[in-house]
Amino acid sequence: MKITREEVRNVARLARLDLSADEEAAFAADLDQILTYVEMLDELDTGAVEPTAHVVELETPYRDDEVTNQPDADTLLAGAPARDGTHLKVPKIIE
Amino acid sequence: MDLANLTIAEAASKLRRGECSSVELTRAVLARAHAVEPRIHSFLARCDDTAVAAAADADARLARGGDANPLTGIPIALKDVIATRGVPTTAGSRILENFVPPYDATVTARLRTSGAVIVAKANCDEFAMGSSTENSAFAVTCNPWDVGRVPGGSSGGSATAVAAAECLGALGTDTGGSVRLPAAFCGVVGMKPTYGRVSRYGVVAYASSLDQVGPLTRDVRDCALLLGAIAGHDPLDSTSVDTPVPDYAAGLDAGVRGLRIGLPREYFVAGMQPEVERSVRAAVRTLEGLGAAVTEVSLPHTRYGIAAYYLIATAEASSNLARYDGVKYGRRSQGNGGLLEMYRRTRAEGFGREVKRRIMLGTYALSAGYYDAYYLKAQKVRTLIRRDFAAAFERCDVLVTPVAATTAFPIGARTADPLQMYLTDVCTIPVNLAGLPGLSLPCGFDGAGLPIGLQIIGAPFAEETVLRAAHAYEQATEWHRRRPQIGAT
Repeated sequence: MKITREEVRNVARLARLDLSADEEAAFAADLDQILTYVEMLDELDTGAVEPTAHVVELETPYRDDEVTNQPDADTLLAGAPARDGTHLKVPKIIE
Repeated sequence: MDLANLTIAEAASKLRRGECSSVELTRAVLARAHAVEPRIHSFLARCDDTAVAAAADADARLARGGDANPLTGIPIALKDVIATRGVPTTAGSRILENFVPPYDATVTARLRTSGAVIVAKANCDEFAMGSSTENSAFAVTCNPWDVGRVPGGSSGGSATAVAAAECLGALGTDTGGSVRLPAAFCGVVGMKPTYGRVSRYGVVAYASSLDQVGPLTRDVRDCALLLGAIAGHDPLDSTSVDTPVPDYAAGLDAGVRGLRIGLPREYFVAGMQPEVERSVRAAVRTLEGLGAAVTEVSLPHTRYGIAAYYLIATAEASSNLARYDGVKYGRRSQGNGGLLEMYRRTRAEGFGREVKRRIMLGTYALSAGYYDAYYLKAQKVRTLIRRDFAAAFERCDVLVTPVAATTAFPIGARTADPLQMYLTDVCTIPVNLAGLPGLSLPCGFDGAGLPIGLQIIGAPFAEETVLRAAHAYEQATEWHRRRPQIGAT
């Protein structure tokens, strides 16, 4: 196996995903199959090849630091799962 | 006369001659949707009331005269990854099933400014991840040519809505083929513009270096019109390119005399459905008959495209989907645990299987110890694929290929094996990796009456050339006039 159950659990932890035992086993098998497939990239000698991060040549565009939108917290927070005025409420972070 | 069967260009002409109103046109497509939705399920949120109101506004605007915008009064559907103010935008996912955007995507705003009438949000694979629209959390969209078959994906609902005349045009998004493949499977025109041609602001991000919004339409002229309505630099999208937008419809009739067409041999894969190969090669002969010059070319790194894509796209997706955490919007799981547990359970409950699979794969490819072997390696292979295309475009003006190795497959046929589903995209993925414009249009039907798509690929920002070649082929054939018979509900 290219990927162990332990590694699957670790990846799930990094990705903030709870997995059931069945899902762990299924994803281990799926990732194993896919990682085996992508090994074909090793056939290619890319030592002297630059990676492509973006297909278009772009420079970071800048603008003046001016507020251009209307403040509208109520509209933006209307979909919040839990709210207290202009604050978002979340479960406890620190004991 | 069934107004729903008009093209955008035909409708625009009738609207200006007063032969019909936008309200009549809009009511015609809404009635059509009412009749066929139980069979094909193109749509998630439907906007009947606001659409009729927008149509009335369009009629008033047309009555004032002088309106040259071809999209005024035209009913359009938007894939449900495109933000629409006040209308639910779910990305086909339970994690956003209650999400109502407080703003419009730039493409939405541009269509509204044009006077287009937004009729519905189209179903799609969850977070645009899929090739069949079977990964939507809410519905399976059925191919109107055979409701037991997939429409392709991920923009399946956008394609079926156009094919079934539930709108006159639609927008989808294309990251690995998700506009071109459903267009091919549903017998309509679908285009992915050059990366950076159309703004991604307000479009739910899947893979930010690959995603592009693209039009789906009944014919190539309509595609040119709809592309022109949405293309152009957007200060809100720092990856959008500041080059002028030509009048894409202006040069359509220039023909293909002297056009240099390349046929990449690697795209005629072993195991292709014979009718697909025959139709594509016959289409090439038609283009030759119209004056194009055809040569075989080689894109030697084609076969590595899927592997590179499923590392790059999933890595980018794992980052883009980190925002769905239950804090600011969307679904939040209930429970008494702390913050981290809330994140883990919200995402476990809200994401479907394929989305989780891709997040896992992408997270792994970026993780310490594996980044160089997987993500960085894939980015280097991406460079090799780009170089293949650049070399081909030194000798050719366009490349012509199949869109897929087969016609539409039955619902459920490829869901058991993720890799088998991924292989569906072998002809479309490299175009996204290279950021090139690509268009799919019908070039025939197989023995079961299922549409076959022809792909035309251009050099960066050469959409006009791609559209011109597509239009010449289309006008020399009758495929674009065929309509699916959906049958009584």
